[in-house]
Amino acid sequence: MDGALQQEREERFVARISRRSIARANPITLALAALALALGAISFLIGPARLGVGELFSGLFASHGTAAIIAREIRLPRALLALVVGAALGASGAALQGLFRNPLADPGVTGVTSSAGFGAVVAMYFGFAAINPLVLPASAIAGALATSTILYFLSRSGAERTALILAGAAIASLATAMTALAMSLAPNPYAITEMVRWMMGSLKDCTLADLALATPPVALGIVLLMASARNLDALTLGEEAAQSLGVDVHGLRRRVVIGVALATGAATAAAGAVSFVGLVVPHLLRPFYGYEPARLIWPSALGGAALVSAADIAVRLIAPDGQLLVGVMTAMIGAPFFIWLILRMRRET
Amino acid sequence: MSAALTFDRVSAGYRDRPVLSGVSVAINPGRVTGLGGPNGAGKTTLLRVALGLLDTTLGDVHVLERNLRDWSREARARAMAYLPQDADAHWPIAARALVALGRMPHRASFAPLSSEDMAAVEKALARCDAAQFAARRMDELSSGERARVLLARALATQASILLVDEPAAHLDPVHQLRLMELLREEAAQGAAVVVTLHDLALASRFCDEIVVLQAGRVISQGVASDALSDRVLADAFGIAALKAAELAVERLPIIPWRRL
Repeated sequence: MDGALQQEREERFVARISRRSIARANPITLALAALALALGAISFLIGPARLGVGELFSGLFASHGTAAIIAREIRLPRALLALVVGAALGASGAALQGLFRNPLADPGVTGVTSSAGFGAVVAMYFGFAAINPLVLPASAIAGALATSTILYFLSRSGAERTALILAGAAIASLATAMTALAMSLAPNPYAITEMVRWMMGSLKDCTLADLALATPPVALGIVLLMASARNLDALTLGEEAAQSLGVDVHGLRRRVVIGVALATGAATAAAGAVSFVGLVVPHLLRPFYGYEPARLIWPSALGGAALVSAADIAVRLIAPDGQLLVGVMTAMIGAPFFIWLILRMRRET
Repeated sequence: MSAALTFDRVSAGYRDRPVLSGVSVAINPGRVTGLGGPNGAGKTTLLRVALGLLDTTLGDVHVLERNLRDWSREARARAMAYLPQDADAHWPIAARALVALGRMPHRASFAPLSSEDMAAVEKALARCDAAQFAARRMDELSSGERARVLLARALATQASILLVDEPAAHLDPVHQLRLMELLREEAAQGAAVVVTLHDLALASRFCDEIVVLQAGRVISQGVASDALSDRVLADAFGIAALKAAELAVERLPIIPWRRL
């Protein structure tokens, strides 16, 4: 090719890419962050107690009074936990989809959340969580880890993507059944009444302690997933090509499996099995990030935070008495979306 | 001239199925080495062994005169680029982004593409005639266009050893010829190029040397006329070939010869 033309083309490319890295904070990412924050703030303002905006915000900093208790111990944990849970599920979904190169992968669909729920329920209702509060998230993370490890071995043995999702669905049913069994057998008399809360997921009645227990593992999990991001890009070329590019594929799988287990497990320990967030969010955002798995993880965390916040606002607006669970909302959006996605994939192949 | 890649009595295989037994081959820099043989002869396995994707059960592999075991993953990835058979993109990322993945071995974690990386990407795209659709998504390209982008990804690494597995399969004649010319250009610039080919016409024309594998053993190697002798063609491939010298036949074979 003509040298001058070649050089011009290179310069144009350099200019384009450096613009991209300057504008690295993609406007859509900024918008998602703003949206998540705004929904978090709205979530904080909504509740059965009729308190004004000013009262609530001053309640955050007041040392005593009803407004202070409601703001700090009821509204704030709920609003923040919605963001944390959503971020965990969104990032986990994006990473699982990247790892399995499968747009249908999601911690809910593949049974990771229901297994985490089972772990949490065993810890909660058989008295283990009373020994040490850390047992609850640890047990949920262990449940999530067990399932994501099974998925990992299934994908390693060459299960194609529909088979992987079907196996995940079977694990999810099993984990749900085991949860029901555990709750029926539990010595705790309240267990059975709380079953739905665990199976569907709810942010009702969550406390600052829940938030404090959930946040560190979720943050650690998301950091681990972010650190794996670039190697997920290489997986776009297939495993052997990725390995030939110097990617430690086994290490990558381990990191993603552990990251997903930490984030999803801790989120589920606090809020129960909220499903479909990790499916819907990465899928909607993917076109805005050039379909590159690496760029998708952080925006999916923000988008997930926004979605769970929005769903939790919606359930309180629709049923202010607290009878509607946040997981019902996400499933009502997510399940039809999942079916639509399958139909679309069938058309493509 | 020292060999870029040597296999010294290499045996390798999968669980209960030995594939390669006692393969000794030296791949030289500046040359295109064709790897031929019937299906299941061990061509892909030999490439996988070279890349460290599959361990040898016996024997040694040396890359640039250093034992493969002594290479770090990253350094090995800079030294050898690999284009697998039936390569494709699992996500519809932009062609240019895909080619940029070829620069991964040169980049530190979290480092953005350097100007050197970007120049390599553009050069690889241009050489594979893929620059005009570099901004398009992989799922918007034809299979031939995708194959060129995937080859550009391997070239973008600028490795001194290029291993290409059956690259001509999905290409139309003009791009098959272009592909072979490109591999020759890579070799002319000093790279050691190994390419597996089922198309013996392409292999015999464009490869400096041909190594024929059959049932995991090297049964012949050398320039095409020696390596693909009538005996080898009969034994390994079960065919009799028409040689150009015998072209006085009733029905002339059409062989795509050059690009216009």
